[in-house]
Amino acid sequence: MAGDGIGAAVLRKEDRRFLTGAGHYTDDLQRPGQTYAHIVRSPHAHARIKAIRTDAARGARGVLAVLTGAELAAEKIGNIPTGWLIHSKDGSPMVEPPHPALAFDRVRHVGDQVAIVVAETKDQAREAAALVEVDYEELPAVATVGKAIAPGAPLVWDQAKGNTCFDWHVGDRAATEAAFARAHQIVKLDLVNNRIIPNAIEPRAAIGEYERATGDYTLTTTSQNPHLTRLLLAAFSFGAPEHKLRVVAPDVGGGFGSKIHHYAEELLVLWAARKVGRPVKWTAQRSESFMSDAHGRDHLTHAELAVDRDGHFLGLHVEEVVNLGAYLSTLGTVTPTYLHGILYAGPYKTPAIYVEVRAVFTNTVPVDAVRGAGRPEATYVLERLADLAARELGIDRVEIRRRNFIDTFPYQTPVALQYDSGNYFATLDAALDSSRWGSFEARRAEARKRGKLRGIGLSTYVEACGAAPSALAGALGARAGLYESASVRVHPTGSVTVFTGSHSHGQGHETTFAQIVAAQLGIPVENVEIVHGDTAKIPFGMGTYGSRSLVVGGSALARAAEKIVAKGKKIAAHLLEASEGDVVFEGGKFVVAGTDRSKSLGDVAFAAYVPHKYPAGLEPGLEENAFYDPKNFTFPAGCHVCEVEIDPDTGVVRIESFTVVDDVGTVINPMIVDGQIHGGVTHGIGQALLEQCLYDEESGQLLSGSYLSYTMPRASDVPSYEVSTEATPCTHNPLGSKGVGEVGSIGAPPAVIGAIVDALAHLGVRHVDMPATPERVWRAIRSAQAQG
Amino acid sequence: MPTISLRLNGKTVTADVEARTLLVELLRDRLGLTGTHVGCDTSQCGACVVHVDGRSVKSCTMFAVEADGREVTSIEGLARDGELHPMQAAFHENHGLQCGFCTPGMVMSAVDLVRRRPDASEQEIRTWLEGNLCRCTGYHNIVKAVQAAAKSARR
Repeated sequence: MAGDGIGAAVLRKEDRRFLTGAGHYTDDLQRPGQTYAHIVRSPHAHARIKAIRTDAARGARGVLAVLTGAELAAEKIGNIPTGWLIHSKDGSPMVEPPHPALAFDRVRHVGDQVAIVVAETKDQAREAAALVEVDYEELPAVATVGKAIAPGAPLVWDQAKGNTCFDWHVGDRAATEAAFARAHQIVKLDLVNNRIIPNAIEPRAAIGEYERATGDYTLTTTSQNPHLTRLLLAAFSFGAPEHKLRVVAPDVGGGFGSKIHHYAEELLVLWAARKVGRPVKWTAQRSESFMSDAHGRDHLTHAELAVDRDGHFLGLHVEEVVNLGAYLSTLGTVTPTYLHGILYAGPYKTPAIYVEVRAVFTNTVPVDAVRGAGRPEATYVLERLADLAARELGIDRVEIRRRNFIDTFPYQTPVALQYDSGNYFATLDAALDSSRWGSFEARRAEARKRGKLRGIGLSTYVEACGAAPSALAGALGARAGLYESASVRVHPTGSVTVFTGSHSHGQGHETTFAQIVAAQLGIPVENVEIVHGDTAKIPFGMGTYGSRSLVVGGSALARAAEKIVAKGKKIAAHLLEASEGDVVFEGGKFVVAGTDRSKSLGDVAFAAYVPHKYPAGLEPGLEENAFYDPKNFTFPAGCHVCEVEIDPDTGVVRIESFTVVDDVGTVINPMIVDGQIHGGVTHGIGQALLEQCLYDEESGQLLSGSYLSYTMPRASDVPSYEVSTEATPCTHNPLGSKGVGEVGSIGAPPAVIGAIVDALAHLGVRHVDMPATPERVWRAIRSAQAQG
Repeated sequence: MPTISLRLNGKTVTADVEARTLLVELLRDRLGLTGTHVGCDTSQCGACVVHVDGRSVKSCTMFAVEADGREVTSIEGLARDGELHPMQAAFHENHGLQCGFCTPGMVMSAVDLVRRRPDASEQEIRTWLEGNLCRCTGYHNIVKAVQAAAKSARR
């Protein structure tokens, strides 16, 4: 599409400042009189704190304060809360242990916060932190799910028997058992969804400020959702009144979920700023990020799929144990339940589904949402089962999917969700075509001549975005609403400032959101400015996560712009001496229908602010707010195809091609949509081939605690991608969009593993766990050969 | 405390620095040039890449005193007279950045690559950029941007 309207690949407005080094990330900011904080962290996975001696640190050069958990407790400062209450099968509420910002009796993971040192310089704070002496009595630790559920395992929390936080379920057990009873065959699979570390390239940082004269606090923080952080600080953790607390998230350098959560350091810098009477800045070193940013995934799964003779899915039963870490992070409990269990229908008509999720505490960093958050885990299980069912029944992998695809909408799944729209055949067909699926066997044969094993894999998925209708979320245990707010301010000369509660951490909202408003008001994109990331400027907001910004935040914008047009019609009708009902808004002009008489948006805005000739009883000004509460989730879907080549001598897997056809509904800016998919796919390939957070089973030490031991995808690990979109619009939001931020990390892992297993299938290999490292693939080949 | 003098983005800068001060700390904390970023503590991420005497260097692996008497260019010095460097323009035109945090280091690294190898293949570009981590773009559009800038440099 030409121009800068909906569907145009408008170049990003935010680029110039980032490209010239003029962006303002939290650590770039310097406050007058600023001091520096360093956090003393636990070196042990589990230990009792017997004593903390801070005298030497307090006496060190430049030190202004050394604060510990005892002082925090004495001041009755609250705990870091979790956002979602989950109930177990028996109706009992989850075990919800306290999460103090500084541990005072026990530390429960390596990296747990023990003290904060504030000094004049960064170096002084770091050096003084080394002088804080903590006497620990080490306790036995559990670092893995397997160890946490073993009989007699050490307890992370005394009140959580068997280390269980909750034992949740969804679906219909009886119907599923009945389906299994009449099955032709039952396909069984045990798998691990590997634990990953989010690794936004900007480390977390926070600056706390306190104005003694007014009692006002300001927190500048690396957050995806400044209003949510303010709400949690005010209502639960820190206790500062909401109207005296401003939270600003300036430019944010990536998040991938990890910057949703309310972290202890945000509270600590505010508290310390009040104590020392000066601004306090903390910036994570990368090694701290590894041991304090919430991690993701970490599921142990047993799944069974009941199928009939023709490959129709009759029933699905999934039993999982999931790791929550040592404390409950903001979305830690909803991620493996309502963002996960209810995704098990996928694109398939499986009539009976039953999912059981036991969530356990371990002596590890809290686990929470990471790009995809619960949906990649479900998709991976489902797609691996679909491949295995095809193989065990001797049906083609594509054909078995076609036989089971949902083909009428709306579709009510057996696990709560109702899909409004989709066309899974269209994305599948387009992806098969684009990936040259049909001619693959020739490429396999050619590779075999070179001594290489070539395989192809696919995944077809549905995910749920844009959470969620607030009443539904509340009924399921959410402690907040999930709407979004927007405010559109038309200035007297007709240019526009837009205030949104969504916040960009790389998604390009300054461009996409401007396109939406510009299209609705018929003005150029450059006349629209987007303001976000500051609670002092924006009415309210729930922020950016779960691919919700466009579908919920963008819908709020659309609603606010509609209100502008509605008010503008009243003003224009008066100016044009016509009846309001005769005025239409088209091409940026209010026109008396059927005539050439019109007023521009600028004319109307000017009249609104200089209301000399103005409708009686109408308020001056042209500014409108909207709060949009979604009617349903949105359901992006698609097909990913991956082709790999494996060197059987080394087990090295090379991605030869990766093809994506996603249905993300109406596309506002295809350039940005493609970019989101590229990034998500790479995240998914990272999980499938490279990334693994590892703890030592005995000591609970983090073994993958730096970029030297945690393998991030690099430019040479991935190919260029084939990406396209097919749109079936969302039927229940004003934009028709479905969300795109997470589709890549959801669709990619099963396509990669499917391709690897396909390459090794002739050896008898049935499954390879993620990450499919050269060692793991090499061992799979060798053990298959030994058995064969 | 040693006194050093260097040419930074075309201007002479003199500073007293501790022997342990890293070049990136001099740029960010002392001189307020915050376009050069720090994304790790093991010299892996490449967010801090600058040019020293025209060659790309991770400014977290170099002491400030080692820059004495040398020519340093940071991302702030790349655009001339308000006009983006062709590599910056190529990143903009090809959507080679999302959150922007890795971007300064990525751009500085890519400029050095094209200077050395204007005819680099896709694989050579990907191998060169191994020292620069990006979590947002999946590298796809970064590679496209570097190819586009290289093509215009060859003209």
